[in-house]
Amino acid sequence: MRIPCPFCGDRDSREFTVLGDATLIGRPDPSAPDALAKFTVYLHERDNPAGLHRELWYHGPGCQSWLVVTRDTRTHRIDKVEAARDVPREGTSR
Amino acid sequence: MKYSALSLAWNALSGHTRWKPAWRDPAPRPQYDVVICGGGGHGLATAHYLAKVHGLTRIAVLEKGWIGSGNAGRNTTIIRSNYLLPENEPFYEWSMKLWEGLEQDLNYNAMVSQRGVLNLYHSDAQRDAYARRGNAMRLNGADAELLDEAAVRRMLPFLDYENARFPIQGGLLQRRGGTARHDAVVWGYARAADGRGVDIIQNCEVTSIRTRNGRVEGVETTRGFIAAEKVGLALAGSTSLVASSAGLRLPIESHVLQAFVSEGIKPFIDTVVTYGAGHFYISQSDKGGLVFGGDIDGYNSYAQRGGLPIIEDVCEAGMALMPRIGRVRLLRLWGGIMDMSMDGSPIIDTTPVKGLYLNTGWNYGGFKATPASGWCFAHLIATGAPHWTARGYRLDRFATGYVADEKGVGAQPNLH
Ligand SMILES: Cc1cc2nc3c(=O)[nH]c(=O)nc-3n(C[C@H](O)[C@H](O)[C@H](O)COP(=O)(O)OP(=O)(O)OC[C@H]3O[C@@H](n4cnc5c(N)ncnc54)[C@H](O)[C@@H]3O)c2cc1C
Repeated sequence: MRIPCPFCGDRDSREFTVLGDATLIGRPDPSAPDALAKFTVYLHERDNPAGLHRELWYHGPGCQSWLVVTRDTRTHRIDKVEAARDVPREGTSR
Repeated sequence: MKYSALSLAWNALSGHTRWKPAWRDPAPRPQYDVVICGGGGHGLATAHYLAKVHGLTRIAVLEKGWIGSGNAGRNTTIIRSNYLLPENEPFYEWSMKLWEGLEQDLNYNAMVSQRGVLNLYHSDAQRDAYARRGNAMRLNGADAELLDEAAVRRMLPFLDYENARFPIQGGLLQRRGGTARHDAVVWGYARAADGRGVDIIQNCEVTSIRTRNGRVEGVETTRGFIAAEKVGLALAGSTSLVASSAGLRLPIESHVLQAFVSEGIKPFIDTVVTYGAGHFYISQSDKGGLVFGGDIDGYNSYAQRGGLPIIEDVCEAGMALMPRIGRVRLLRLWGGIMDMSMDGSPIIDTTPVKGLYLNTGWNYGGFKATPASGWCFAHLIATGAPHWTARGYRLDRFATGYVADEKGVGAQPNLH
């Protein structure tokens, strides 16, 4: 698999480390009254789709950026790669 | 027909032309007491024990392809009960005991071979951890022996003992562990369940679960609606897809695990060995092929094939452990879709939907669990209460904090 990094260009997937579902960038507010329930869901529950999946990859040996990759989990076709810092966060405290 | 030396001789006389199919091919009935979704090892074992131990009769197993076409027919066939945690060890030891009597129970040769499973250690810290695990195993009635380097050398003289970075210091051996023939396990359970009246329905994909007022009514399938009072999911890597139709969002990610088999060679390895400094495990099949594997690819996948980086990684680890395999040619490789859970342990539990039961989260180690998983899932479905060896496998443990994380890596399913 090759990942088109927005900063470094098309690179071999060996250069990247995968973290998982991109919902992980939307950390719940730890001081909210329902923080415990929110964190339980945030940490453990996943949509786990067969099809398009947005996920976090880190380009360590390249630009050292966190990326949000939109990939089809049935074919590994990559539709979109964005810098994670440009992706709007839901449910964050700031 | 009961298989025996006599039936073999009898059929030999008629040129093996009179063998009957080992199970029927029934059309789905409109309604069952229990419908099990997924005709892998776990689904078929569940049906067998529901019929045999709990006396239920109106049972169907629905399989989207042919039985055993999923992970049950793709795994590296290692069976063992060498776990540390109290949630896991009694369960896997119960499974090992069921393996030991399986062929008599099913009247089927599953080629259960207790050739031993040896986990190598390469440092003092790893030896201590293995000693602790061995003690936990023995406290739960399993067998475990801690071997030093000399003892490992006697067993496997051809390993690379001179490796400067990861010297082999010894290993934890479970002699009762070993391998079983995966397809035969599937066929044996199917034949035994069928013999007790279970309908095994192949080419029947479950497309969604029909519920009403929080209760299960049945399943929609590619062969029409099938009503059932109780529905059990044993879908391995596809669980999330079907469970989501009943509104469940599960602590599961689907990942691909690859396996490899070499050309057939003369008898070379008479046990199962795992490398302790990288992810690599190997045994030799009765046909002579070396069967080995390593890590999952690491990213979510529903494609039953993996990528080149892991193939290289597995081969490198193999070469570091036993350089001798370097000239053996790879014959085949393939992938299966694993239901990776958030703590690396399985789930056998009821769900918030009444009548819907869940069996998932087997990670890359559910083959060895097949008999106990079927036993405990059948127990849960028939009695409504968890079997005592599976009490830890609750769905709500991620909320309550009672997780069973053997590896201690937290909610990072691609690291378990
Ligand atoms: C490469 C590899 C190596 C492994 N090595 C080992 C090992 O050495 N030791 C060990 O203990 N474990 C091992 N495992 C893990 C083990 O194979 C699995 O955990 C176990 O087989 C899962 O249970 P199962 O047999 O019921 O799964 P499966 O055989 O995958 O059963 C699930 C079934 O559900 C069917 N299905 C899916 N969706 C639907 C639907 N919508 N409707 C109807 N049917 C559906 C599938 O076709 C499949 O037949 C390995 C797995 C792989 C992939």
